[in-house]
Amino acid sequence: MVERKYIIPIAMLGIYYIIENVDEAFNFNTTERRITYMKQTIYLDNAATTRTRPEVVEVMIPYFTENYGNPSSVYEFSAPCKQAIAHTRETIAKSLGAKTNEIYFTAGGTESDNWAIKATAEAYASKGKHIITSKIEHHAVLHTCEYLEKRGFEVTYLDVDEYGTVKLDELKKAIRPDTILISIMFANNEIGTVEPIKEIGKIAGAHGILFHTDAVQAYGHIPINVDEYGIDMLSSSSHKLNGPKGVGFLYIRTGLKTRSFVHGGAQERKRRGGTENVPGIAGYGKAVEIAMASMEERAKKETELRDYLIERVISEVPYTRLNGHRTNRLSNNANFAFQFIEGESLLIMLDSNGICGSSGSACTSGSLDPSHVLLAIGLPHEIAHGSLRLTLSEENTKEEIDFVVEKIKEIVARLRSMSPLYEDFMKQTR
Amino acid sequence: MYTEKVMDHFQNPRNVGEIENASGTGTVGNAKCGDIMRIYLDIDKNQVIRDVKFKTFGCGAAVATSSMATEMVKGKTVQEAMEVTNKAVMEALDGLPPVKVHCSLLAEEAIHAALWDYAEKNGITIEGLEKPKSDISEHDEDEEY
Ligand SMILES: Cc1ncc(COP(=O)(O)O)c(C=O)c1O
Repeated sequence: MVERKYIIPIAMLGIYYIIENVDEAFNFNTTERRITYMKQTIYLDNAATTRTRPEVVEVMIPYFTENYGNPSSVYEFSAPCKQAIAHTRETIAKSLGAKTNEIYFTAGGTESDNWAIKATAEAYASKGKHIITSKIEHHAVLHTCEYLEKRGFEVTYLDVDEYGTVKLDELKKAIRPDTILISIMFANNEIGTVEPIKEIGKIAGAHGILFHTDAVQAYGHIPINVDEYGIDMLSSSSHKLNGPKGVGFLYIRTGLKTRSFVHGGAQERKRRGGTENVPGIAGYGKAVEIAMASMEERAKKETELRDYLIERVISEVPYTRLNGHRTNRLSNNANFAFQFIEGESLLIMLDSNGICGSSGSACTSGSLDPSHVLLAIGLPHEIAHGSLRLTLSEENTKEEIDFVVEKIKEIVARLRSMSPLYEDFMKQTR
Repeated sequence: MYTEKVMDHFQNPRNVGEIENASGTGTVGNAKCGDIMRIYLDIDKNQVIRDVKFKTFGCGAAVATSSMATEMVKGKTVQEAMEVTNKAVMEALDGLPPVKVHCSLLAEEAIHAALWDYAEKNGITIEGLEKPKSDISEHDEDEEY
């Protein structure tokens, strides 16, 4: 019955191998195998999402097949589902130095951010209506704050320095008697800058203000202890650490007034209604377990590769800058701005070479403005339009990076040869 | 996201380059919005567009519309070139995603700007041609959410 057990759910997951031994079939660890299976794709967009690990998929499968019960049901049949959720909750709590009843599962980072900010605003409105955040937050935070602004709250959006670091003296100056919440991301998703979270936690704590951090890009990649960092609420998303999509959690410190955000059943201690995403939560647990165990080694490998990529691009492509800090950045993040060219064109040409990256150009944001993060670090519009973010994983190889650098050089030169900005620049410098 | 024609014109753009001592040049758009298009026209005594070149800083759609627009005006008289509208360019490319429609406006504007330059230099008027705006922008209405 082995086949039956695996084929159906695997087809459901869109993976088309027929397997007897899941470990073996998902083992793409060597470059050749990965390239054969994935049609020569060089995936350098791990900040957007990551590949669900084979071990994670394997853990999820039984919760589609035999253990499909509703965790809220009383019968024995649902017990494994309850256990799976409890197990993930414990794994996560332990990884943060938190208690199990402080972890609430959500449908991802966006929901966690929405919940943390909206529910806090509502619960503490009688104390004050002022919130402090930064200009470089993810839209899940920024648009939530804008929503609250339209409903009588005041929001201070802190400036950042040229590397994207929140200025602590500005934070202190922004604090008012009616400030109820500080929400600053742990690490930025575009330029990789890691924020001074410990210091921010201290400042918040000293003023009796709640501190929420969007740790979607950091959790599982950087060690975090909620007590050490003075964090009251923390958002995470499973698919950024090789877990499945559509599941996340919000850590809420005991003692906080936590309003329900999604009303419904009694799930998540009545704070978040809705039948749990059991396979997702089970997979999340496995992903966290692996991420925590492999963190140090992974970071070392990624940092080496990242530095190699940055070195080569900066030294071999003229009129190029690195966005974000040279060293104080996520171990897998590189973000460049190539003068005189536009990011979407670059992405399409990289794509036709099988390379997946992303850009903060207006054309990729769906508006006419380039990325708010790149503007906040002081880049002029025309340079921000020419940005390229490449985010690595431990699976990338030096050979892949070499190929990518060669392609970048070719494509940037080609786009510049057809750029009126480059033409003008060359005429001026001649 | 893009049609095959758009991808073709983006990856193998026609008429990229410059024309020395062009009869007319026009540059429109601005770097702030992420699109700049420059068109060079070489126009003979009979007001026929003998050659046309472009340079574009912009997204895939901007490059493709520039390329298509240059193909469409080449060999035409200046009056005929006035019929190469953004709609015609877009149709020739089998359409553009809605967010990219402003790119096709830019192509029409760039051609008009180059024609205007030619008309001014030669003291002629081209029927239907108005002084081009140098800056094109679109105003997104903020949706309430
Ligand atoms: C910093 C940050 N916050 C929030 C999110 C949203 O997470 P999710 O996709 O799980 O809703 C992302 C991912 O795009 C992110 O990078």
